[in-house]
Amino acid sequence: MPILTYRDALNQALREEMERDPDVFLMGEEVGVYQGAYKVSRGLLEAFGDRRVVDTPITELGFAGVGVGAAMVGLRPVVEFMTWNFALLAMDQLINSAAKMLYMSAGQVPIPIVFRGPGGAALQLGAQHSQAFESWYAHVPGLKVAAPATPADAKGLLKAAIRDNNPVVFLEGEMLYNTKGEVPEGEHVVPLGSADIKRAGDQVTIVCHSKTVALAEKAAAQLAERHELSAEVVDLRTIRPLDTATILASVRKTNRCVVVEEGWPFCGVGAQVVDEIQREAFDHLDAPVLRVTGADVPMPYNRQLEKASKPSVERIIEAVKAVSYLD
Amino acid sequence: MSTTVAAPALDKTRAEFYRGLLRDMLRIRRFEEKAAEAYALGKIGGFCHLYIGQEAVAVGSIAALRADDYIMCSYREHGHALARGMSARTVMAELFGKATGCSGGKGGSMHLFDASKGFLGGHAIVGAHIPLVTGAAFAIKYRDTEQVAVCYYGEAAVNNGAFHEALNMAALWKLPAIYLCENNRYGMGTALERASAIYDIAERACSYDMHAETVDGMDVLAVHDATVRAAQLAREKKLPTLLEVRTYRFMGHSMSDPIHGHYRTREEVEEQRRKDPITGLFKRLESEALMSQADFDAMDKDITTECDDAVKFADESPEPEPSELHTDVYKA
Repeated sequence: MPILTYRDALNQALREEMERDPDVFLMGEEVGVYQGAYKVSRGLLEAFGDRRVVDTPITELGFAGVGVGAAMVGLRPVVEFMTWNFALLAMDQLINSAAKMLYMSAGQVPIPIVFRGPGGAALQLGAQHSQAFESWYAHVPGLKVAAPATPADAKGLLKAAIRDNNPVVFLEGEMLYNTKGEVPEGEHVVPLGSADIKRAGDQVTIVCHSKTVALAEKAAAQLAERHELSAEVVDLRTIRPLDTATILASVRKTNRCVVVEEGWPFCGVGAQVVDEIQREAFDHLDAPVLRVTGADVPMPYNRQLEKASKPSVERIIEAVKAVSYLD
Repeated sequence: MSTTVAAPALDKTRAEFYRGLLRDMLRIRRFEEKAAEAYALGKIGGFCHLYIGQEAVAVGSIAALRADDYIMCSYREHGHALARGMSARTVMAELFGKATGCSGGKGGSMHLFDASKGFLGGHAIVGAHIPLVTGAAFAIKYRDTEQVAVCYYGEAAVNNGAFHEALNMAALWKLPAIYLCENNRYGMGTALERASAIYDIAERACSYDMHAETVDGMDVLAVHDATVRAAQLAREKKLPTLLEVRTYRFMGHSMSDPIHGHYRTREEVEEQRRKDPITGLFKRLESEALMSQADFDAMDKDITTECDDAVKFADESPEPEPSELHTDVYKA
């Protein structure tokens, strides 16, 4: 199987879907001539022309709305935000327009659109350029939210998102673009709403997504090696719809759980996961579920402070040991 | 780029067309009066923004459009829905929140939809639908059809970033859109001159090198002809137009706002009422012997019957099934 970067896997998904469906087009800042701020759209302008690869002014509210309007009349836009930090300016279009249109129109006006771009904690970019938005969008009925961890999932989920008839918020890991992995060629579609067991285990469940999957896998390897503890790594892949069945099946097997995310703890993705577990698997739990999250502060610039604010392999191991009553 | 074109003279061979415009305006007027009554009786909930006084704008402009054009409106859109040919029954039933309403009772007064007529909603965040219409115009150009996308919004929306962002892109990309500003002078209770640094909205088009016209919104024929010109520019040259249509709302901002009081005087409202677009057109038709008072009365009677029927239909229609709560959140 070919080895691709996460970035090129996304590029392949875009290219294949644009070849497959003439109604799919890409719009955003620097997606064309500049080849993408993060080069996800490299070569697409040359392949598809400026009718289908559209450079926009720096006007997130405006072009997000243009995308939704085009979707209202049947096109299938892929709207790139240079980063999700800038998408706050477009929040009204995502929530009040995209998410609610189908409902307000009693099913007459579906919005088949993908909003995509890099998100999550970055590296020394400071408070306004370094944050995870999963829980913000996952809160909203009408939106779907995907956050792939691997190149293969990046391709498969993006293809599924483009084919979906609903607005999909597609959060790419800014720090994942250069990571490499095997990516199936051609028709590789990962359904939205299916979590993936990235590592099987039977003594503790680590629920994670996006960049924290790699941390959880490292933690699981160290736990096996140093503590003879078998951890199962459940990668959510999509936050909404949430694959509750896979989470619960794992927790019913392991009886212990740690939930990891880069976002802030208050009303975070982990809060929702814990709620599902306490209601549906209460009798299976041998310990309270613990969460490992980003610190409850705006992201600091200083490298050491930044490091301390992010989830880490060490903090995951510490939490796993705590729910296992070790040390 | 902004121009003002004098009101056209009547062409006697088009008498039927003029009477149709009058009928459409009167239909909106009577419908809204019934809606106000139903609101007072508690049959209609939430906000209810009446269109009385502004009828010439929706009727004149929509008469200039094709059946396959797209229309999006703000939350004051009962009149546009009716002018687009939606039945009084389905619109009134929506105001009543009934299953038979045009949005299944899920939208309400501010979210009327009929996708089959290209009527893509009332939108209730000021200015937010201006980019949406721009997107529909983008799709028209993408597919290379000769449709037009028309956006109705109030003058208060032009101070909003969405307006600026959307019009800039429409001009930059040469999109077939008509940005029809219904300047009724007040954004809720704030007068235009207290909210906007410039008084002539049409001048805003200069920023985008966009064609613009200032139109008398109390003259349905002037509105119609200006829209014909804008639509022609959009269809033939894929160029957008900003139409500033000067109109006046005879009622309060919503049902909870008195007609006059804090922000405008009784005298001002009464002066504007003398420019009533319905009376205005009828007087012109009557003076040229294209219509009699008896004709008008017969028309009014027909319309009143239709509106009474709409209220009865809405009142007797079923509530949405409880299971409807959870449908239409996601599309399969």
